[in-house]
Order: sequence, then structure tokens, then C-alpha cells
Amino acid sequence: MKLSGAEILLEALRLEGVEEIFGYPGGAVLDIYDRLPFSSLKHYLTRHEQGAAHAADGYARVTGKVGVCFATSGPGATNLVTGLATAQIDSVPIVAFTGNVPTYMIGNDAFQEVDTVGITRPITKHNFLVKDVRDLADTIKKAFHIARTGRPGVVLVDLPKDVTRELTDFFEEEYKSPVQIRSYKPVLKGHPGQIKRAAKAIASAERPVLYIGGGVVSSGASELVVKMAEVANIPMVATLMGLTAVPGNHPYFFGMLGMHGTYAANMAVTDCDLLIAIGARFDDRVTGKLSEFAPNAKVIHIDVDSAEIGKNKPVDIPIVGDAKLVMEELLPEVEKQVSKNKEFLLSREKWLMKVKSWAERYPLYYEPSDRVIKPQFVIEKLCEVTKGDAIITTDVGQHQMWVAQYYKFRFPRQLVTSGGLGTMGFGVPAAVGAKVGRPDKTVFCISGDGSFQMNMQEIVTAVQYSIPIKVAIINNGFLGMVRQWQGIFYDKNYSQVHLDVQPDFVKLVEAMGGVGIRVEKPEDVEKALKEAMTINNRPVVIDFVVDREEDVFPMVPPGGVLHEMILPKYGKKKIKKAI
Amino acid sequence: MERPLHRKHVISVLVENQPGALARIIELFSSRGYNIESLNVGRTEDPTISRITMVAKGDEHTIEQIVKQLRRIIDVFKVRDLTDKKKLDRELLIVRINVDSNEKKEEVKRLVDIFGAQIVDLSQDTYTVELTGDEEQIDAFLELIKPLGIREMARTGRVAMVRALQGDTFDEK
Ligand SMILES: Cc1ncc(C[n+]2csc(CCOP(=O)(O)OP(=O)(O)O)c2C)c(N)n1
Repeated sequence: MKLSGAEILLEALRLEGVEEIFGYPGGAVLDIYDRLPFSSLKHYLTRHEQGAAHAADGYARVTGKVGVCFATSGPGATNLVTGLATAQIDSVPIVAFTGNVPTYMIGNDAFQEVDTVGITRPITKHNFLVKDVRDLADTIKKAFHIARTGRPGVVLVDLPKDVTRELTDFFEEEYKSPVQIRSYKPVLKGHPGQIKRAAKAIASAERPVLYIGGGVVSSGASELVVKMAEVANIPMVATLMGLTAVPGNHPYFFGMLGMHGTYAANMAVTDCDLLIAIGARFDDRVTGKLSEFAPNAKVIHIDVDSAEIGKNKPVDIPIVGDAKLVMEELLPEVEKQVSKNKEFLLSREKWLMKVKSWAERYPLYYEPSDRVIKPQFVIEKLCEVTKGDAIITTDVGQHQMWVAQYYKFRFPRQLVTSGGLGTMGFGVPAAVGAKVGRPDKTVFCISGDGSFQMNMQEIVTAVQYSIPIKVAIINNGFLGMVRQWQGIFYDKNYSQVHLDVQPDFVKLVEAMGGVGIRVEKPEDVEKALKEAMTINNRPVVIDFVVDREEDVFPMVPPGGVLHEMILPKYGKKKIKKAI
Repeated sequence: MERPLHRKHVISVLVENQPGALARIIELFSSRGYNIESLNVGRTEDPTISRITMVAKGDEHTIEQIVKQLRRIIDVFKVRDLTDKKKLDRELLIVRINVDSNEKKEEVKRLVDIFGAQIVDLSQDTYTVELTGDEEQIDAFLELIKPLGIREMARTGRVAMVRALQGDTFDEK
């Protein structure tokens, strides 16, 4: 059957199981948009291409499927860049399609031409320029395969206009045949010898710690990891990306480690004699000063990307492989070893007690107030009202860290946040994508007054498609996280961080067609959250006017040592003695 | 702090012969601020696969990282650090030398003989010489002709392959 390039694209997407896409049209993709209404795909018109990329990202993060976005050539493609970079660094599978000028005009500086593959090369896992319509189907197949296998990532396919226009044969059966890329063969199964060594090390360590990263969430290894902690009495800590891998109230879980990690998590890592890193990449926000990170520990590192192993920290037992597949092999080995080594489990109890005592002695803490709204209080209340069951997207800043600290997550893929790139403007469009992907869940975006203003136009997208996302702005009138750094490291020289001139968020949201609520008193927080939960047909934004100068603690200064945290002032609260 | 040992590494890469593949490899170096001393690309016995030989300076950790990052590139089949392998390691030099006197002409002919080079082009007052050899040989030759006056030169950078006794060049991606 002869189809045009545009029709082939839409057919291929259907065969890949894609149902929803996010995009923004323009001249170079008109042939695609012309056929779109006749396809089975539901297209969401965002208000900015960055929004389309973040929405596809949010969709992918909550569903585990590949997110898809469209943009036109030139400015459309460049507007995608931040969104693609955000997804790539957090290993989120996305396939982005961009239009381009016809092949015979490429390189001429034609109207709306940019070198899209050149611009996006460093921020994608791979990218393609399709120069012949006969290569199109095969390229799309490869793009999806590369995006979703191995370490997931972003693949961009650039489509010159003539390629979407020309006709060629397309056979569904052929499309369904397996993908062949001879130079791409990700290693998924761990090396059996290394797995045995790891199991031995785990069974004989006195003070092991499980250091859980985003790879555990994306590979679906959560249950196995938690099981291992239980079988072998191992305390768990997680990165921002790894937070939802573990139920937030699990007795062996001590929260996030790193710059704004808990005292217990950071101390456990500092004191451990075996660090078991799974799907985590030793980011500097996690490790602080590398030479002092887990200074006395042997390191096991499980990662699907061999280039991550040993990149920042020397590793004793490297295991290249998919976290889930590796854990399926490793867990029975550990069980075997542990059953031989019962007395160790007892000494581990002591280790667990020690970590617990740190948690009790220096818990997360803020000074409560009945006068002003404390941001942490909002997150705690949110967790209560949503029963810990909402999908939370965030922007970037203090509010993001408070979410990480105070929301007790219950299931994997529940937190959608820009960990690696730290992209302000991510939260609202990501929430749109997340709600499209999981319409059964409450989706709450926690944003800052600064971040919200970066992509708030996507509220209109939510209005257009009746997507009932909820947004809580933690409004401190500052670029809060920057102000915090200026406060601590720059002698309170608050340069260019005041957001005194602000839109009236309530009126603004109403003008966009959503519901706006303002909350200024602590006693109204819960009521507003509950009210937001009742609105099911359009977006609602709650503007929480909070304490202006609240800081995030604990804090490890950048490049500092994990166990030298700046702790909150515990005020009148009684701190229990360490056991 | 002790500075890690920097030495020249010879890295051999087999890559899909496709637009973008080379760009990706070069970008990997430039985006991390690594310097490539020489880079050579040519086809292999399979016309769809190219062999890249690159020479880069760095400490062991850095080079190991480069090798791992190279392996991650989708179009890359195989990567191997040949530095400590027994290998055939060659470079081609083409150099135009000033020979405006008979003594100089004689001197060049003598050196060409000794080094097993060839005079491949000439004009009234220049000889153009071609020499194949390992890096040291080429450096030594250039050193000796420098006093005569080099008008222009081009060298390819290295191409390398492990010796047959060491088994196939590549055994892993
Ligand atoms: C696109 C982008 N620009 C700048 C930054 C640097 N940055 C990090 S946090 C922050 C302040 C965020 O302020 P706000 O959204 O109000 O959140 P708060 O910290 O007050 O919770 C800034 C400017 C960033 N992360 N992303």
C-alpha cells in the first residue's frame, strides 16, 4: 500500500501503541497535521513547545511508556530543547518529531531552518534526520526501540517537509518485525560471577546501605529492592529520583540523601562499610565532596549504563545490567547467603537501630506557626488530604525539596520532578502530561511563584481539554532557593530574587478559565486543599502565601561533606537522646 | 595533590558509516573539553563500517571514561584502547622541503634514503617527500630536515591495528 510520509508516521505511532501526543503545529509539519484528524491519535495542543516536551515527559514518567511530542522546524524545534534535555538527563523515554525545510533546501538558511539534529545531538540519546521517505518507517521503529531499551532516553526524528509528503510502500507486517540495530546491543543481564560476589559482600558486611536511584523506579525493581532490605536487614536511602521506589513509611527507609537529605540518611552513608548503589549515578547533589562520600565503604554499583559505573566514584563490584533483572538474580543469592549467616542479621539489627536513633535524634523539623503558613506544613497537609496517593509534579527550588522531604510516597512513579537538569517551568506542563497518562489519579503540581510564571500558560491547555490538574503555588515572593543560597553564602545580598511585582494568581487563573484560590492563614490550608480535590473538570490553582524567609534544612553546602550538615534550629521541640 | 600521569592513548573505534556518527564522536570530546591530538577516519573491509583511530592525551581514568562514553554511542560497534597492545602504528607525512642549493638537494636525498621515504614531486627549488612510519620516525625525519626549510607539510595522524598475535583487534563493544 502506498502512503505518504505523514501517513506512515501516524500509522507507525499507532503500531507502537502510542495513543496520546503533545505538540504544536507549523509550516514544516502541516502535512502531518493534515492527516492527524484521520488517525487514532489524540493530540494535545500545548501553548508552547517546551510545554509539549515536558508534558510528554510527565506522561512517560508516570506511565512508563514512551512519551511523544511534535514541533515544527526552526523556533518550534529550538523551543523543545530545554524539555528534551530535561528528559534525557533523567533517563525518560521520549521520541520527538520535528519538521524541517524540504531536503533540497537544507543548509540554505531557508525560512525557519535550523540544524535541529546538530542542536539536539548533545541532549539526546540518539537522533535521526530522515532524508528519504523509504527510510522513514524503519527509522521510527529504531527511534522507539532506542528510546525505551537499555538506559531509556530521548530520540529525535527530524522530518523534512518533502519526506512527509512523498509516497512509498508501507506494510504493517514488515513494521512489526523485530528491530535490528547491529551496533546497539544493551547489556541487560548482570554477570553471574559479579552477582555472586555482590551477594557475598552483602551477607558479610556489618553496616550496609542501599542507595536507591531513579533506575530502580524506571526498571520496576522497587519490590525486589525493598524485599532485599527486609531479608538482609539493610537500611535504605534514596536519591530525589529514587524516592518513590520505596514506601515513604517503610521502617527501613530513611529518606533522601545528599544536599537536602535527612541526617539519618547522610550519616548512614558516611558510616556504612558497604554501599549498594542501584540505578543511581553519584550526582554531586547527592555525594557532596566525593572523597568523603561513603569514605569507608566497599561499593557495589548496579547500573544498565556501564559508562556510569566508576564515573565519579571507584567501584569494587560493578554489575552492568537492568536493575530488575539483576535483582531477580541477586535476591535469591542474598537469601541463600543470609540463611548461612544468621548471626550477621543480629548485628545488622544493631546497625538498623543506630540509623534509627539518628533519625529520632535529628528528624526533619520546622518551627510550626499558627500565624504564618509554613511551606512544610502545606506539604504535610497535602499528604494527609491526598492520603499519600496523589501523583506529585514539582518545579524547581525550595518547594521541590520540601516535597521530597515531607510527602510520604506510596508507589513508584508517583513523583515527577526534574532531578538532573533542575528545570523551572517543568511542573505545570508535566502535570498536564501526567494527568493525561494517569486520569485515575489526583495530579498535584507543587510549584514556586517563580517557577509557576515560567510555563503557566499551560493552564490554558488544561482548560481546553478539561484536564483537572491541581497546582499549589508555594508563594514566598522570592526565587526562594536562590535567596537561601544568597542568605547563607553571600551574606544576605538578595540580588535579583525579589518577586514583589506579581500577577494576582487567582485572577490570572480565572482569566485562563481555571479555578483560583488564595490562602493566607494556616487554618485555611486544609480546607483549600479539600476544596481543590472536589474540582474535577478544570484546573485549580491554590496560591499559598507562605513564610517569606523559610529555608530548607538539613543542608550540605555544595562540595561539602555529607556528615557536616547545617541542621534546622530545633527550637522548643524536645530532641530525644540517641540510643 | 599529585597530578595523575598523562600519556598519549591510541583509541580505535569501529563505527557505522553514517552522517552524524563522526560528529557525535568528536562532540563527545569537545563537550568535555578533551583535546584530540589526531583523528583518522577511513573505510574498513566492510564499506558500511568505518574505522576511526584517535590519539588523545589524558590520565587513565579520563581515557577509561572516554572509552566507556564512546561505547555508549548508538552508531559505535567497538572501541578499544590500543595503547598498551602490540600494534602496527603508522602515520603518513607529506612535506615540501626547500632545496635551493645542490647541498640541500643531496642532503634531502640522503635522508630520504635512510628513512625509506620517497620524493614524489619536485619543482625548481623544492622536493616533496612522502614518508610512512611510526610517530617517532616521522618526528625524527622532520627534525633533521627542519634546518633546510619546510615550506608546507601535512601529516595524517596515526592509524593503528593490533598485531595478529594479539588476536582480533576487537573483542568487545
Ligand atoms: C530555568 C531555570 N532558570 C533558573 C534556575 C535557577 N533556580 C533554581 S531554584 C530557583 C528559584 C526558584 O524559585 P521559585 O520557583 O519561586 O521556588 P522556591 O525556591 O521559592 O520554592 C532558581 C531561579 C533554574 N533551576 N531553572
